Amino acid sequence: MTKYKQIRIALNNCGVIDPENIEDYIARDGYMALGKCITEMTPQDVIKEIKDSGLRGRGGGGFPAGLKWEIASKNHADQKYVVCNADEGDPGAFMDRSVLEGDPHAVLEAMAICGYSIGATKGLIYIRAEYPLAIKRLKIAIDQAREVGLLGKNIFGSKFDFDIELRYGAGAFVCGEETSLIHSMEGLRGEPTIKPPFPAEKGYLGKPTNVNNVETYASVPIIIRKGASWFNKIGTEKSKGTKVFALAGKVNNVGLVEVPMGTTLREVIFEIGGGIQNGKKFKAVQTGGPSGGCLTEKHLDTPIDFDNLVAAGSMMGSGGMIVMDEDNCMVSVAKFYLDFTVEESCGKCSPCRIGNKRLFELLERITKGQGTMDDLQRLRNMSNVIKDTSLCGLGQTSPNPVLSTLDNFYDEYLAHVKDHKCPAGECKDLMKYFIIAENCVGCTACARVCPVGAITGEKKEAHLINSETCIKCGACMERCKFDAIIIK
Amino acid sequence: MTKIKTLADLVKLRDELQSKQALADSADNAESIIQIKVGMGTSGIASGAKAVIDFLVEALEKRNIEANVSQTGDMGYSYAEPTIEVKKPGKDPVVFGFVNVQKADEIIEKYIKRDELVEGIIPVNYHTIDN
Amino acid sequence: MEKVKLTIDNKLIEVEKGTTIYKAAKQLGIDIPVLCYMNLEDLGIENKPGGCRICVVEVEGRRNLAPSCSTDCAEGMVVNTHSIRVINARRTVMEFILSDHPKDCLTCAKSGNCELQDMAVKLGIREIPGQEYAAMSTYKMDFSPSLIRELDKCIMCRRCEMMCNDFQTVGALSAFKRGFEAAVGPAFEMDIEDSTCTYCGQCVAVCPTGALTEKDHTREVINALSDPTKTVIVQTAPAVRAALGEEFGLKPGTLVTGKMVAALRRLGFNYVFDTDFAADLTIMEEGTELLGRLTKHLNGDKEVKLPILTSCCPAWVNFFEHNFPDMKEIPSTARSPQQMFGAIAKTYFADKIKVKREDLVVISIMPCLAKKYEAQRDEFKVDGNPDVDFSLSTRELAHLIKQANLDFKSLPDEDFDKPLGESTGAAVIFGVTGGVIEAAVRTAYELQTGKKLERVEFEQLRGMESIRKATIDFNGTPINIGIAHGLGNARKLLEDIKAGKSEFHAIEIMACPGGCIGGGGQPLHHSDSSILKARTKAIFAEDEAKVLRKSHENPYIIKLYEEFLGKPMSEKAHHLLHTHYFDKSGKIEIS
Repeated sequence: MTKYKQIRIALNNCGVIDPENIEDYIARDGYMALGKCITEMTPQDVIKEIKDSGLRGRGGGGFPAGLKWEIASKNHADQKYVVCNADEGDPGAFMDRSVLEGDPHAVLEAMAICGYSIGATKGLIYIRAEYPLAIKRLKIAIDQAREVGLLGKNIFGSKFDFDIELRYGAGAFVCGEETSLIHSMEGLRGEPTIKPPFPAEKGYLGKPTNVNNVETYASVPIIIRKGASWFNKIGTEKSKGTKVFALAGKVNNVGLVEVPMGTTLREVIFEIGGGIQNGKKFKAVQTGGPSGGCLTEKHLDTPIDFDNLVAAGSMMGSGGMIVMDEDNCMVSVAKFYLDFTVEESCGKCSPCRIGNKRLFELLERITKGQGTMDDLQRLRNMSNVIKDTSLCGLGQTSPNPVLSTLDNFYDEYLAHVKDHKCPAGECKDLMKYFIIAENCVGCTACARVCPVGAITGEKKEAHLINSETCIKCGACMERCKFDAIIIK
Repeated sequence: MTKIKTLADLVKLRDELQSKQALADSADNAESIIQIKVGMGTSGIASGAKAVIDFLVEALEKRNIEANVSQTGDMGYSYAEPTIEVKKPGKDPVVFGFVNVQKADEIIEKYIKRDELVEGIIPVNYHTIDN
Repeated sequence: MEKVKLTIDNKLIEVEKGTTIYKAAKQLGIDIPVLCYMNLEDLGIENKPGGCRICVVEVEGRRNLAPSCSTDCAEGMVVNTHSIRVINARRTVMEFILSDHPKDCLTCAKSGNCELQDMAVKLGIREIPGQEYAAMSTYKMDFSPSLIRELDKCIMCRRCEMMCNDFQTVGALSAFKRGFEAAVGPAFEMDIEDSTCTYCGQCVAVCPTGALTEKDHTREVINALSDPTKTVIVQTAPAVRAALGEEFGLKPGTLVTGKMVAALRRLGFNYVFDTDFAADLTIMEEGTELLGRLTKHLNGDKEVKLPILTSCCPAWVNFFEHNFPDMKEIPSTARSPQQMFGAIAKTYFADKIKVKREDLVVISIMPCLAKKYEAQRDEFKVDGNPDVDFSLSTRELAHLIKQANLDFKSLPDEDFDKPLGESTGAAVIFGVTGGVIEAAVRTAYELQTGKKLERVEFEQLRGMESIRKATIDFNGTPINIGIAHGLGNARKLLEDIKAGKSEFHAIEIMACPGGCIGGGGQPLHHSDSSILKARTKAIFAEDEAKVLRKSHENPYIIKLYEEFLGKPMSEKAHHLLHTHYFDKSGKIEIS
């Protein structure tokens, strides 16, 4: 078992079975877990098994799944719902999409198991409309499961009925937040409401609703089949099992990675990921998507689990992992994520609606060399207030990229503000192109390629770049054969 | 397909499917054939997996090689898409990355026909969970 | 009821479970600032989206700050409402809000009456850091006959949306776009005129900023008053006199009828009349129509449409034209008092004073914004000349009075002019929910039974409950009466009628909470519902003080029929005092 770093639980059937053929799934013990639950276990047994397994929500929060199910099971109502959150929205993350495309039945089976345990007969998958292939395969899977009687009435000859429908999201990031997701499914504006009440008390159409994400559900059938004690041996003390990451950025082997909790960032990036592209130097890794933070060299040997990442100033999130090298400007990275949250804020609460915009504007000023030391102070204060006062998880975490880069890369901010320089050379406004007179032979190649006529000089004499007109396109530098053009 | 009404029905169906699989897989069996899986997740398709699967089906038929070509989900090697897995009876499966039509042709001619290894093999680097 | 104990700012308090921190603090005399939160307690109207985040407080052991308006107290909670962390957060959030709000306070319609301005003062905001490079969200202005939307000033408190959707069920306003661009308005950013808006003005009544204001007509009125060729007359609605004083610092519920008349006279109106006169006239027409339909019904006529619905409220008329056009035969055909007044003024009265129609300008003072729209409806014009030229809200009248340098509080009490200024107590109560139907019952009872009412007050018709029911004994015939205020409540009664489940003979509907006293043109209540109650009391006090309290006893009404109209529902009355309704359900076009 120790031969490889990766163990595939959620991705167990991905890349192995034909997702459009239920027989492939059944051949790999598919629906055995559901059968076991319905025929051999009481709903309480199922909940106990999930609780004992230590499975925590894989969507970001890390709330114990079994506890969530238990709360929903204890709230009595004539109708309850099981909802699968497939509104994967972190930039660069595609774990859930891959599970739905590669192993849709695992999610259906898990939802039915959840339905059995909490007393729900209806399941809903909230999936973004931008996932057409996942939608297609889910539809096929649902049809096939209905056809053989694994969804529908009297499943496994019992009194348990369960069926699943799809609900499409329009791709708003905030709809990954569970109250927003429920409002969106109800046909209302996708914006959060204050919790409590939690969905487990008052969810979809006011009924008790259990919301988990795709990866959480995908881990459930194996837990039931192999037992809680098998699952909770994998991972760390407080974070059990495995986590799927979408490894992206400046790493050689980008792709999906599923590792046991407790694996270090170094193992993921340098062993599985094959290290940094082009032999460059590792600078930072961003985990947790727009809500997470940037971790540095000193965090590389931190074992990855829910609590360690939070302690390090980032979070697990849904599993996006973006690796950055020495060419990435960390102020620009923070700006990139802020741009995303500004775009995706629903606009309901003022700190998120306006505060994030103001953060973005400040970062933009800094990347243009217009920032002041006061601005850095304000950046921190505004970030703290937005975290402290926002209504939902989106606003409460949106300043994290700013705060973590301020903490870990303060020098880089200082360089932008005090020296008006971008050490990584990414901020165009802070770059200037120069011609080294000694190297220039006056071939005029650069002047001819300049699209704005910023380069002047006589033939066979050293040329000059007018930095006022220069648009920093870099065409001259690419053309120069004598290494006469440099960036300062 | 027949309805599954009890857990026993499911177990029976699973066992049937598994023995069929084993049969196809066994090196000593006359009926065993080559199994090829093409990673057809969104990233695979975006990188050209559709052309590869079409080529494989057509080329294998033309060259009279009996094989079962099927689609599967994302294998996780996004950097090497499109990816395909080839399993010859009685042998461990081999995953090839960066497969385009020419590469697929090479895989048929060299690996499938003559058991010669070709470049672009992605070593297995994970455990799966079996019962 | 389960109780919980907690401390707020080091003070111990025990409250019922389910009480919010904001309300518990209030009991302790701690006034946590709130902006988006609004509570009209007596009407069951509450807005708590938890959106502005001004009311945040620190709760020990909690990761982030809690919005006190929407966080329930819990056992053992330790709350601090003014720690450094809270004060800094509150200020910073306020700076955020102000950074995206125009700074044209000096010329803003809400200046001096703006909750955002008050909050800035309370929190001591003196500058907005970074304002010089902060982008502002901008939107197009939207003008309609009744209200103006200037969304640059919208702070997303969602109060208007709640009133429009939850209370009125009109559904014209909802949040659109997201993030920094989000604001509240009709779907697809349509103009309000193209939406299902009824112009009830409740959005304006609750807007904390200048984002929603009335269409101002004071300039037009000043122009008319200063035109020597025009005779300008004014009518004042009953609810105005019970609220106008608030604009001059008088206690809510102070009746200012006499001072209002004096002020109007000093503003230069040639005649100061009373809409109450027309309200008495409405009772004659509507009451007769009701009795007519009732008699037919009791005689077994299956064709007759019952219940009859009142038609005084222009927002309500707009509402059923949009939402229940298939039932447009049910409401009374009687015009509203404003329009009856205009029609009589520009015929009967113009003849009397020998002024040509086009030289007579009729101004109305209304607690209402829908009246502005009603006044310009085509069916109330003769050759393009409207029966009522301009309708001003109570707030606009206060502005006019201030502009004319009148010291309102020290004005003497004066009487309305004759003949269109005389009214009965029945007309006064048109201003409160249940009042129109009570006035109708006072007259209908006496006309139908031939008996004199011993007691004119019908307590069973009064109150603040959203839907009220009463049965009045008409000499052995029980008449079932329904009353609703708020269009959402009206919708329930209409759905019942549609489903054939309604047992009512007559229903009174007013669009605004509490009736006209809570109208969209009234002085702003700033979510204090005791103000509405005080106004209601004032209206009933004016009724009690009147010698004549039944519309059919108004001598000038009797004279009007003798000299001009003949009898109620006569052909002339029909022509001047009745109307018809339109199907507006298909009006919405998305371009």
